Amino acid sequence: MSEDEKKELLASGHRMCAGCGEGTAMRTILNEAGPNSIATVATGCLEVTTTAFPQTAWEIPLIHAAFENAASVAAGIESALKQMDKKGETNILSFAGDGGTFDIGFQALSGMFERKHNVTHICLDNEAYMNTGIQRCSSTPYGASTTTSPKGKYSIGEDRPKKPIARIASAHDIPYAATACIGYINDLKKKVNKALEADGPAFLHVFAPCPTGWRHGSSDTIELAKLAVETGVFVLWEAEDGNICDLNVTYKPKERKPVEEYLKKQRRFAHLTEEHIEKIQKEVDEKCEEYGF
Amino acid sequence: MGEQKGLTIQGNMATALGAKLSRPDVIPAYPITPSTLFPEKISEYIADGELDASMIRVESEHSAMSACIGASAVGARTCTASASQGIALMHEMLFIAAGMRLPIVMAVGNRAMSAPINIWADHQDTMASRDSGWMQFYAEKNQEGLDLMILAFRIAEDERVLLPAMVGIDGFVLTHTVEGVQAPAQEDVDEFLPPYDPPHGKLDPEEPMTFGSLGTPEYYQELKYDQTKAMDNTPEIIDEIFDEFEEKFGRNYNRITPYRCEDADIILLTMGSMTGTARAAVDEMREEGEKVGLAKLTVFRPFPSDLLKEIAGDVHGLAVVDRNISPGFGGAVFAECAGAFINEKKSPLMKNFIVGLGGREIFKKNFREMYEKTKKAVETGKVEKPVEWINMDEDVMR
Repeated sequence: MSEDEKKELLASGHRMCAGCGEGTAMRTILNEAGPNSIATVATGCLEVTTTAFPQTAWEIPLIHAAFENAASVAAGIESALKQMDKKGETNILSFAGDGGTFDIGFQALSGMFERKHNVTHICLDNEAYMNTGIQRCSSTPYGASTTTSPKGKYSIGEDRPKKPIARIASAHDIPYAATACIGYINDLKKKVNKALEADGPAFLHVFAPCPTGWRHGSSDTIELAKLAVETGVFVLWEAEDGNICDLNVTYKPKERKPVEEYLKKQRRFAHLTEEHIEKIQKEVDEKCEEYGF
Repeated sequence: MGEQKGLTIQGNMATALGAKLSRPDVIPAYPITPSTLFPEKISEYIADGELDASMIRVESEHSAMSACIGASAVGARTCTASASQGIALMHEMLFIAAGMRLPIVMAVGNRAMSAPINIWADHQDTMASRDSGWMQFYAEKNQEGLDLMILAFRIAEDERVLLPAMVGIDGFVLTHTVEGVQAPAQEDVDEFLPPYDPPHGKLDPEEPMTFGSLGTPEYYQELKYDQTKAMDNTPEIIDEIFDEFEEKFGRNYNRITPYRCEDADIILLTMGSMTGTARAAVDEMREEGEKVGLAKLTVFRPFPSDLLKEIAGDVHGLAVVDRNISPGFGGAVFAECAGAFINEKKSPLMKNFIVGLGGREIFKKNFREMYEKTKKAVETGKVEKPVEWINMDEDVMR
C-alpha cells in the first residue's frame, strides 16, 4: 500500500459534533473507496462541517451543488467521464443525508438509478433534518419527538412509520442495495466494496446516530448504533439486482434485545409510555419475522 | 476556410446545429415546449453518428442543470435547452452554475410563464433569471440562433470570462419557423472554438479540489465581487470575439445594433424576433419623413449601457419595447435602459411599451403607435404614462 493510499481521505479537523455518527461512516467509506474517487454531496451537516471556505476536509475531489441533486450531479460527472474516456476505475460517490435522499433528493436519485449510471449513492441516515435543527423527515421513526413533530398533550411525536427507503431503492432493479450501520464497521466496509464493484448504480443506506438530534450522550453513539441492530429496529441486509424478495440479512442477532433498551437511551423517545413502547415492540417483532429472525 | 452551407431549417434546428458544430461532450436535457426539438435533434445527431456526445435524458430540468454542473466541473463541454417552467424549475441551479464559474451554454425557446399556462413567445422566463449570473444573448432570426450558440461557447469558455450563457430564440416565432441559414464548416468552427480545458482546475482525483464550499460572511461578499467583476469585464471580450467571428464567418454581431439611428429623433429599442417587424415599420416611417431609428439588443447580460448611451444619448425619445412584465414596475429592459442613463446630464425621454406577451402578435402598426406616443411625449415634454400596454382588447383597457 502506498503512502497516498494510507492517508485518511476525510481529514481530521472537520467541524462535526462530538460523537457524530456521520464522521465514523464517512471515514470508513472514503478510506474503503480510496483516492481514485470523485464525490458529490447534498447540502446538509456533511457539507457544512467539512467544506467551510477556505478549508476543506476532503482529500478527494468533491462538489457540493444543492440539497436535492447529489445524484443528478453525480450522473453528470459519470456521463462526462465516460464520454471523455476518463472513467477508468474512478469511483463516483453521491452522498446525502436522509432529507436529501428520502425526501427532497428522491426524484434525482430515482432518475439516476433508472438511467443506470455507475454511481454509488450513500444515504447517511440520522432520522431527521438535523442541519436545520431536528425537523421530521420521512425517515423519522414512529414516536420520535422532533421540532416539527413535537411531543405534546395531543401528540406522541412523529406519528407515521419510517419510509423503507432501501427497499424502494432496490425496487429500481439496481445491481446492489444494502443497509449498513456504523456499529458494524466490517459489514459496512464489505458493503461499500460490493457497491463500488457493482456494474451500475448502487445504494447504501447507512444508519448513523446523531447525539444532537437524538439527544443522547456523545459517547453512546456506537452503543446506540449497535442497539438499533440488536433490537431489530434497524435490519442489516443486502439485495442484488432488485431481488428484495430474496434479500440477504447480513447480521442476525442471536437473541433480540427489547426495543426499550434502544429507546430509553434517547431523549427524543423519553416521553413514550409503556403502551407506546409495546406498540413499537410489536411492529419491530412483525418486521423481524418478515426478515426471518 | 470551408464553404458555408445554405440550409432551410427551424430555429431549434439552428441552435441544435450551432451546438453540434461546437462539439459538446455532454447534453443533459428534458423536453419542454417550445425547445423540445433541440434535444430531439441532438438525439438524432448522436443516433446517426454525426455527433460523438453523451445525452443524459434526465427526469427534470432541475436534474438537467444539476447534471450540466457535474459534467462541466469535470471539464466536459456541456449544454442543454429549456424554456419557461423548465427554466423556472432549474432556477436554483442557474445561480450555482454561475457561482462555480462553469461555462455551460443553454439554448432557450423563450416562452411565457404560467398561470395561465401558455406555451407561446415572450421573454418572461429568461428575464426572471436576469440576476442568476448568466450571460444572456437574444436572436432576431434563426441564423443568429445558430451563430450565437457557437459564440456563447467561445465567450463563456474564455479564460477571462468563465461564466455560463443562454441563447434565447422566441418560442414558435423562431423555434418552429423555417428560415434560411448559412451553416459554417466544421473545420472553421473547430478553429474558432478550440477544445475546452478548464484553466483553473476541475474534479480530478490526481489533484483533488472542493467545488461549492460553504462561504461564510467573512468570504461570501468577496467571492460574489469576483464573480460580478468577471461579468463586468465581458463587454470588451464579447466585442473582440464578435469581431473575430465576423472576420472568419462574415456575419456581424454587436451587443446593440443601431439601424437608421444617425439622425434619429426617436429610437425604438427591441429584443428578439420582433425586431424584424420593427425594422419594416421604421423603413415605412422613414419613407414618410419621420426621423426614427431602431436599436436591436442582442446582449442583455451584461447590459450594454455604454453602447446604449452612444446610440441613444443624443436622441429626444427612446421607446423601450418589452416582451415581459415586472408587475409593480414595468418592463425589465426598460428598467435597464433607465438605469443606463442615471447620472447622465443628458438623457432621452423614455417610454416603455409592453407587447407580445404569451405569443400575442406584434404588428407594424403597433410600432407606429409606439412611435407616435413617444413623439407626442417628446413634443409636449411630458410623459403621462411611462408604461403602456399595446395591442390590447379595448374592453379590458376601459
